[in-house]
Amino acid sequence: MSQKNRLSGGQLNRSKPLNFTFDGATYQGYEGDTLASALLANGVRLMGRSFKYHRPRGPISSGSEEPNAIVELRQGARQEPNTRATIAELFEGLSAKSQNHVGSLKFDFLAINDRLSSFFAAGFYYKTFMWPKAFWEKLYEPMIRRAAGLGSLSMQDDPDAYDKGFLHCDLLVIGAGPSGLAAALTAARSGARVILADEDFTPGGRLNSETFTLGDASGADWAKSAIAELSSLPNVRILTRTVVIGSFDHGIYGALERVSDHIATPASGKPRQILWRIYSQRAVLAAGATERPIAFKNNDRPGVMLAGAMRAYANRWAATPGQTVAVFTNNDDGLRTASDLLAKGVKISAVIDSRADGPAFQGAEHLRGAVVTDAHGRLGLSSISVKLASGETRQITAEALGVSGGWNPNVHLTCHQRGLPVWNADLAAFVPGTLPVGMVVAGAANGRLSTAGALASGAEAAAEALEGLGLTVKSADLPQAEDAPVRVTPLWYVPHKGRAWLDQQNDVTVKDVKLAHQEGFRSVEHLKRYTTMGMATDQGKTSNISGLAVMAEMTGKSIPETGTTIYRPPYTPVPIAAFAGRSAGADFRPKRLTPSHKWAAEQGAVFVEVGMWLRAQWFPKAGETTWRQSVDREVLATRGSVGICDVTTLGKIDVQGPDAAEFLNRIYCNPFAKLGIGKVRYGLMLREDGIAMDDGTTARLAEDHFVTTTTTANAVGVYRHMEFARQCLWPDLDVQIISTTEAWAQFSVAGPNARKLLQKIVDPEFDISNEAFPYMGCGEITVCGGLRARLFRISFSGELAYEIAVPTRYGDGLVRAMMEAGREFNALVYGTEALGVMRIEKGHAAGNELNGTTSALNLGMAGMVNKKKDSIGSTLSEREGMNREGAYNLVGFQPVDATKPLLGGMHFINQGAPADAKNDQGYMTSVAFSPSLGHSIGLGYLKDGAARKGETLRAVNPLAGEETLVKVVSAHFVDPEGERLRG
Amino acid sequence: MIINHPLLGPRDSQEFVYLGDANLIDRPDWAAEGAVDTFHDYLYQRTNPAGLHQELWFHEQGDRSWLVVTRNTLTHEITKVELARDVARARGRSK
Repeated sequence: MSQKNRLSGGQLNRSKPLNFTFDGATYQGYEGDTLASALLANGVRLMGRSFKYHRPRGPISSGSEEPNAIVELRQGARQEPNTRATIAELFEGLSAKSQNHVGSLKFDFLAINDRLSSFFAAGFYYKTFMWPKAFWEKLYEPMIRRAAGLGSLSMQDDPDAYDKGFLHCDLLVIGAGPSGLAAALTAARSGARVILADEDFTPGGRLNSETFTLGDASGADWAKSAIAELSSLPNVRILTRTVVIGSFDHGIYGALERVSDHIATPASGKPRQILWRIYSQRAVLAAGATERPIAFKNNDRPGVMLAGAMRAYANRWAATPGQTVAVFTNNDDGLRTASDLLAKGVKISAVIDSRADGPAFQGAEHLRGAVVTDAHGRLGLSSISVKLASGETRQITAEALGVSGGWNPNVHLTCHQRGLPVWNADLAAFVPGTLPVGMVVAGAANGRLSTAGALASGAEAAAEALEGLGLTVKSADLPQAEDAPVRVTPLWYVPHKGRAWLDQQNDVTVKDVKLAHQEGFRSVEHLKRYTTMGMATDQGKTSNISGLAVMAEMTGKSIPETGTTIYRPPYTPVPIAAFAGRSAGADFRPKRLTPSHKWAAEQGAVFVEVGMWLRAQWFPKAGETTWRQSVDREVLATRGSVGICDVTTLGKIDVQGPDAAEFLNRIYCNPFAKLGIGKVRYGLMLREDGIAMDDGTTARLAEDHFVTTTTTANAVGVYRHMEFARQCLWPDLDVQIISTTEAWAQFSVAGPNARKLLQKIVDPEFDISNEAFPYMGCGEITVCGGLRARLFRISFSGELAYEIAVPTRYGDGLVRAMMEAGREFNALVYGTEALGVMRIEKGHAAGNELNGTTSALNLGMAGMVNKKKDSIGSTLSEREGMNREGAYNLVGFQPVDATKPLLGGMHFINQGAPADAKNDQGYMTSVAFSPSLGHSIGLGYLKDGAARKGETLRAVNPLAGEETLVKVVSAHFVDPEGERLRG
Repeated sequence: MIINHPLLGPRDSQEFVYLGDANLIDRPDWAAEGAVDTFHDYLYQRTNPAGLHQELWFHEQGDRSWLVVTRNTLTHEITKVELARDVARARGRSK
């Protein structure tokens, strides 16, 4: 079969034939073809199966509005489902497959659904599958899931890159048809920075598909020369293959550029697609119009298509869907299809005009006042039934039928900010209503459907936009063009008992709309959701208005009274990959590495993600088979001698200025004004509602200089909060803050030999003996022969411990130097798990306890909330509700049977009481196996917990049916008197 | 959205973090009679205007200024952008 339906002429490069396959069969087309045009030229009309009934379908359009010809492109990892054959550019070796059939495209077993259509009417989900109830989960849902969805995924990683880009312009012109080109020329010649975006690969819009002349040139040639002029100007950027997908606040537009979709594989270094964010001062929407069908029985037969599309295939792509075609129209524009195809030598078997008073047509049999009532030919149209004005019915041969029900302006982008389109009775269509700020609409999108009207309104729109920017506009030199009026007599569907299709992708018929009306779903939004009309990938571009018209007829209201659906972004489907851009796989989000990361990796550390940080979780040694063995060893070695841990991830905020102490005094609920220089203090930060926000230590390095630490997780939020307090609450406090988290590498050095190790590192002029540098002391020192460092004597583990900080770039060197110095003490580096075990053994609260619901009282720190000063959260922490009897207190737990493990999240129940919410006594927040004690331990919140030490409770996990008896103990399991850390 | 930063000019809203109603600037006097109630209202009572709304935005991916943005909640039109510090001072806040 060699292009039996290929015509003469067209805008194809006939010197460049292209081979491609469709469902395994090999065909040939030309450069300039789309997959749909090439298939039509090869006599292929059947291109897919419908979603619900698996009806055979062919293309009805020649553009992005296509509901039917939805195909899978390419093979292997680049396989892409649900692409439109009507806009897929042909390239050498393209492999395409039809979708949504079991068996072959011609013999689809699921076509049985079509025979059973009475069970699948609108709302069938809610009716058919209701009984018996138990069948839903086991039978109906799996069955529906298997049948649902179009296309298939390769299940392989996408090998291509997707980019995001940002563009700025004075004027964004959306669409490069006659109005868009006129707008772009006007603006470009006036010196404005212009971006012209068009979804097609050849700019020109309908100019490429019509036989009109502009001045002396053909439409296509005029478009070519306009693009040539625009391309030569430095202030213009032309984006072809780029669809503007949405209009957002303040002149921001989203656009998807298909950089490499038209070639087999992207060129080296080029992305497959780019998602642009375009910042525009003004925008001209020149998106054109979309033709709408007229519904009649079996109007979904392959070969039935929009008249304008049929004309585009003939004029631009030199392809016809059949050798004998008919045209069915309710307006003058449909007649052009008949003339153009006649001129191309295609036989026109009849022109059916629903208007009795339509203009005369020469060259083919013209049936005025007639309508098409049925279409025949299951896998491809063979003939149509026509009801004549006389009432008599005639069968007419046609391999294809061009249908025109009029044109709907593409108002979509005018609606993205809640603008509602308004009804224009002359056009029998919606035109733009309220517009987004900065947008002007031109051409067919604004109801100016003639070429001359489009050109003039494009120039006018650009002038209006530029004047708003204060630019002087040079008048555009526009060519003469056709200016035919729109003459249309609305006809939405031909009444008949059979099924007449509105939304062909989601299989919604005129009957379904009537059923929805009968069942009370009369609001347009309800109609849409009940029938699923307009909810497929084409978003009802060819069906919504017709469905609305049918509903209007049922309710006896006008179309504008019945309403319109709101169009939302995106205008056409956007691959998820384009939204993800480069944020995929390992680059999904930034990764932050600690200064000792390289060293830890060399030691074979197991890493864990903590926010964006990668932290060493534990360091397995040879012979250790479980993580617990490693963690237990790290805890015991630290408590027995000395361990080092990278704590750089804790937030560090530098606070300076004469009012720094006063500022911190208000940020923390406990006092800071009198903290001595060279001293560190623990601080509890409350939210204004009295709930604990964060905690950490603050060191005073000088009268006017503090260093505050935050938890790793809250570093960003705490800094933001402190800036809020500084700028919004106390704008005249003389204090400056800055985050220095990344500036300092910080290590905890803990254990009885911590000081001995550090003494080998710290330069000898600094005395860090217990007397000179006591617990909660701090100072600026030097280490390793002059490297500046900060030393804090603080302890999270409960051991004699320090935190030492050096400029980040020395972090790797410091950990290596400390390990070398610590060799004689068998020093090791411990990970976050051992850190966690030691803090639970010591009873320190962490993220699990500071969980956004707990107050200072709950944490056992009520005494820290100083009542003699103002601090954020201090007033509301006095609220009655937060100080009731029976409040949670943080206490420790241990299993009565020491061999039993504990589980985080277990709830406490009094012995003898049922395990239900009413008897809930609290919950376990943190658990660990304590190698120091030889059994599991836990921290948790217990009602009146402080007064219940010694009690035995049930710790239950009702979800898994688990239960353990636990004893309430002090939260300080190890060294409750704190002797070690002061030693 | 674009926020016209008083120091830096127009910036994309994705550089900012939103907090909420700018009445959070008007933190009550802790020492006054009935402070618990006034703090409660300060923290929890909000008008929810269909129209102009003053709100706090933080330029987190920028210069770390807190801004008071006057935005129309119906149209997203931004009519005024001020440094929160200036607004706070104008409302009588100091040290």
